[in-house]
Amino acid sequence: MTVTAVHKDPEHLTMTLDAEFEASPERVWQLWSDPRQLERWWGPPTYPATVTSHDLRSGGRVEYHMTGPEGDQPKGYWEILEADPPSRLVFKDGFANADGAPNSDMPLMEQRVTIRPTGDGRTRMSIENIFPDVAAMEQVMAMGMESGLTEAVGQIDAILAEDPVAGAAR
Amino acid sequence: MQIAPPDFDRMFGALADATRRDIVRRAIDAQEGIVELAGHYPMSFAAVQKHVAILERAGLVTKERIGRRKVVRANLEGLRVARRLLDQYEELWRGRIGRMTELVAAEMKESPR
Repeated sequence: MTVTAVHKDPEHLTMTLDAEFEASPERVWQLWSDPRQLERWWGPPTYPATVTSHDLRSGGRVEYHMTGPEGDQPKGYWEILEADPPSRLVFKDGFANADGAPNSDMPLMEQRVTIRPTGDGRTRMSIENIFPDVAAMEQVMAMGMESGLTEAVGQIDAILAEDPVAGAAR
Repeated sequence: MQIAPPDFDRMFGALADATRRDIVRRAIDAQEGIVELAGHYPMSFAAVQKHVAILERAGLVTKERIGRRKVVRANLEGLRVARRLLDQYEELWRGRIGRMTELVAAEMKESPR
């Protein structure tokens, strides 16, 4: 199992995933820095990604589209806030209109990636997903995108935890 | 109780408000009607009634008659549906990490170090 931890923090609207790889930090960084490799993991198999522009430097930009089973091609982009190979990448992940211009009606989600050697030859990658607010999370959800409405998750967990019957039924 | 098709937008819109989340929490016991619920918040009866109506439309609570009283009851099935959806975001990233792992492993096979 490569995902070692998932932490949802409803108060700070974040979800963090930790994963470990049998590879060096440099190799893990390539998954992000090489657009051809990025294409092979960013989109799910039913929505493969095509990276059309890729400048992974602070202030740079990555542009891509995905291709759905019906031929639909939703577009997205990253605004790179911080890039420090091979250990740190911070970017805003947004949606774009058909013409490639940022869709300002849609929320920007911030992703913070930290890549560190574990000391035993492996590499730990931590991805922190930050939503600007609950409304943004709702909006991503409404788009049909897989979304982490973490505050609502926390609230729902708290609610279900208070109900022993519901808790036992899970 | 069925909520089909679930209106997620409405559901999460309803949960985005702290008062409404608190109402849902209290409604798990299904002990209180709107009058009692209104006693917990520094707002008018009408305002609380409005919050309950929003939750009701979102399928998160129902009004239930117990004897002569009407109480507000949380719809836990609705909440569970929401919870499952929220896990999809985690699944998205698990999927990505799975594909990353395959990429790294495939390359190791091609050129063992």
